[in-house]
Amino acid sequence: MSALLGGSQALWFVSRASGLALLAAFSAAVVLGVAARLGPRLAVGELHRALALFSVAFLGLHVVTAILDPYVTIGWAATLLPLASPYRTLAIGLGALAVDLGGAVLITSLARRRLGYRAWRAVHWLAYLTWPAAFAHAVTAGSDLRIWWAAVVLWGCAAAVATAVIARLLSWLRGPDRTLLGALR
Amino acid sequence: MTAGLVLAGTLPRLLPPEPPGLAGLAGHTARYGPPPAVPGRRQRDALIAEVGLAGLTGRGGAGFPTARKLAAVAAGHAPVVVANGTEGEPVSVKDRVLMACSPHLVLDGAVLAAEVTGAAKAVIVVHRDVREIIDEAVAERARARTDRVRLEVRTAAQGFVAGQASAVVQWVQRGVPAPTATPPRLAQRGLRGAPTLVQNVETLAHLALIARYGAAWFRAAGTPDEPGSMLVTVVGAVREPGVREVAIGTPVGQLLDLAGGASAPLQALLIGGYFGIWVDAAGALARPFSSAGLADLGAGPGAGLIVALPVGACGLSETARMMRYLAGESAGQCGPCVFGLPAIAGQVERLAEGRGADLGLLRRWLGQVDGRGGCAHPDGAVRLVRSALRTFGPELPMPPGGGR
Amino acid sequence: MTGGTWLRVDFIACDGRGLCAEALPELITLDDWGFPIVSGQALPPRLLADARATVRACPRLALRLDAGR
Repeated sequence: MSALLGGSQALWFVSRASGLALLAAFSAAVVLGVAARLGPRLAVGELHRALALFSVAFLGLHVVTAILDPYVTIGWAATLLPLASPYRTLAIGLGALAVDLGGAVLITSLARRRLGYRAWRAVHWLAYLTWPAAFAHAVTAGSDLRIWWAAVVLWGCAAAVATAVIARLLSWLRGPDRTLLGALR
Repeated sequence: MTAGLVLAGTLPRLLPPEPPGLAGLAGHTARYGPPPAVPGRRQRDALIAEVGLAGLTGRGGAGFPTARKLAAVAAGHAPVVVANGTEGEPVSVKDRVLMACSPHLVLDGAVLAAEVTGAAKAVIVVHRDVREIIDEAVAERARARTDRVRLEVRTAAQGFVAGQASAVVQWVQRGVPAPTATPPRLAQRGLRGAPTLVQNVETLAHLALIARYGAAWFRAAGTPDEPGSMLVTVVGAVREPGVREVAIGTPVGQLLDLAGGASAPLQALLIGGYFGIWVDAAGALARPFSSAGLADLGAGPGAGLIVALPVGACGLSETARMMRYLAGESAGQCGPCVFGLPAIAGQVERLAEGRGADLGLLRRWLGQVDGRGGCAHPDGAVRLVRSALRTFGPELPMPPGGGR
Repeated sequence: MTGGTWLRVDFIACDGRGLCAEALPELITLDDWGFPIVSGQALPPRLLADARATVRACPRLALRLDAGR
């Protein structure tokens, strides 16, 4: 199998590359979700959903290639169980945590109509935990941070998400989005 | 027939006779006789059919056929009954009068509604003015062990929208009297997810009598299409304002006479209260007080309410005041209501004060708000204003400087 | 195929965010306060796919497609 894929190097490269792409796509999705009210509503909404789905695709690639890679033993269980990887348990574990949390957000979003708005919204807040877990995984498990442009992507994502969160906080402090009840009493 | 038979066709049925007889449960049983037992499925279905034959419709304003509601809820699993004595309409007092004068009739009706639909419990939601009376009546029944259904009494929320059926359910469930979206209908999913029957207290009182005396007795009053009697609150420029029980279809003028007659020449009538509409007084007096009789005026008997406006009073000022009240009574859930009603109120106020309202803008907003809410509150407000423009229109105050 | 499909707004859920008017301007306009006014006509079949996408796009799940009045 690995001979077909040009040696285990190929799997490892794809895993790292898809990981970086995943971080970028996921960060962009988070930025659009957090700062939704500050842009054109429909475009932001649709792009947010599209980027989230791209992230799932990259995630699939990232996880499968990492596990199939014979150079390190991670095991399928480590995809979902944070302490199951014998190789770099904490680093991989953070990734598994991100998958668990993100998975909950994804599944509830796909079943949104059936769940109802309130249940969906409650779970969606987990996104605020998912991104830090994913980022921490990238920092601890990532093997490319010495490459300057990979570091730029990584820290650029962090800066973008941080900016979006701060902007959202400021707009919330300045006054909540025109609430209906507030208009009355 | 029982000694307590109330003669068919005579009134009052719901309200106590003059002079009133014994008080309390004993007086109630002496006057009306005991309620019928509804032990099994067959008796329950028979009673629902009898209510259908009687043609009883809701007396809370919507006029929905009661038998259909009963059947829909009876088809569900583990339903619950809610007796709606909220009376959020500020001008109406008929539900309070009924609960104060004939509490056992209302409770009989609630218990029968529960037995007929298979509910184990009836929640009696009552205006705070009559809470004590109802508590006492329930305690009396508990001592006498008259009911096989549990009765729970709750004080109603205050506010105009609080009397809306789904708002009552939300009030009981979580303490917020806010209407909910349908679907699902309350008969399918209401109080805590159970199929729920919400019925006005007057409707339940009629139910209690139909169960005793039958459909033919009920139909001996009223019109063939709209049978039975109803309670009507008549206030405003009348000599003896108050609540009267009348046969449906009684001429409007006679209703005013029953209230002592007009105390001054009348300009207009507000039929249906804040949720109703203005009509020209002269044209309305001969009309039967029924859906059929009032339909082409755009009005309906609704929850039985007439306010008489004398000549010399300013209909637009009254309407402006009502509109401002209605705007403030929004449950605050829907944009067109929250933003539209105050905007409309502002224009009506300008109109009433002769400050020159923008009629085009007013009509635009009336069109934008109508039908666009989670309940019928904005619809009622729009109807009221449109009727005011029709009825008081020819005398619209000129803005300073003349010209329309 | 009997009956039609109607696009309906749940005004209790609606927050006036306006995505729907952007997504389906043929049928949806905004009132003076930013809330959707949906044409009372039945949905033309050619717009059905767009209507479904619009229903999905609403962040408050305030839109739905009803078969029949």
